[in-house]
Amino acid sequence: MDIPLSYYLLLSGILFACGVLGFLIKRNIITIFMSIELMLNGVNLSFVAFAAHWHALSGQVFVFFVMVVAAAEAAVGLAIIIAVYRTRETLNVDQVNLLKL
Amino acid sequence: MAGAVNLLVQSHPINSALSLIVVMGSLAAEYLLLGAEFLAAIQVIVYAGAIMVLFLITIMLLNAGKEERTKGSRIATLLGVPGVLIGGVLVAWTLLHRSDMGSVPIGALWGDPKSIARLLFHDFLLPFEVTSVLILIAIMGAVVLASRPETGARAARKDG
Repeated sequence: MDIPLSYYLLLSGILFACGVLGFLIKRNIITIFMSIELMLNGVNLSFVAFAAHWHALSGQVFVFFVMVVAAAEAAVGLAIIIAVYRTRETLNVDQVNLLKL
Repeated sequence: MAGAVNLLVQSHPINSALSLIVVMGSLAAEYLLLGAEFLAAIQVIVYAGAIMVLFLITIMLLNAGKEERTKGSRIATLLGVPGVLIGGVLVAWTLLHRSDMGSVPIGALWGDPKSIARLLFHDFLLPFEVTSVLILIAIMGAVVLASRPETGARAARKDG
């Protein structure tokens, strides 16, 4: 049983679009971070689909690197969120408009 | 996909995080279908395990409540929603009907860890090492950023 490649690409595009939408309309900074993770996952799905289509294993290695970078980014970003919350007592991005207190 | 939409709809961060876990799990199932079982395992362990636990701990630590909504401008809604719909339909139609791309067989059982490891440690050795340095820097940055501001101030006082 075969699944057309375009279905995978469509699902990947939908996931990426959901990520962009969440990034734009959400006001909670943690939810914005989760939207970024969603975008990375959409790109990963298209990487794997193309790797399976072209029989090129390097696509999966790239997915591996994307996951590693996403993990590092999540760790640093959540640390930044904690630091911001300590100084400002809020998670709303509209109220975090100055880098310096 | 339902999980992704739910992530947008939910207003409480915990519910968004749980639906993101659903998305990660179904993506791991997709990877299994595509025959990349190593990546499926990595997806479950790294994303659904580590990163989501990190998110949930942060949400609980910061005691995040419901978010307040901001009202967007009316013109953006009026123009944006039909524009997004038209663009999405166009892209989907192009992808589904005008493409002569082939299809992907289910369960090719092809991305076994052995060949991935050979590729990773021979052809992509330099990016691998650079990634390890990046991880190290990220760990140090996270520890420095998340440490208490009093200790940082004390250290600065000791320095100066």
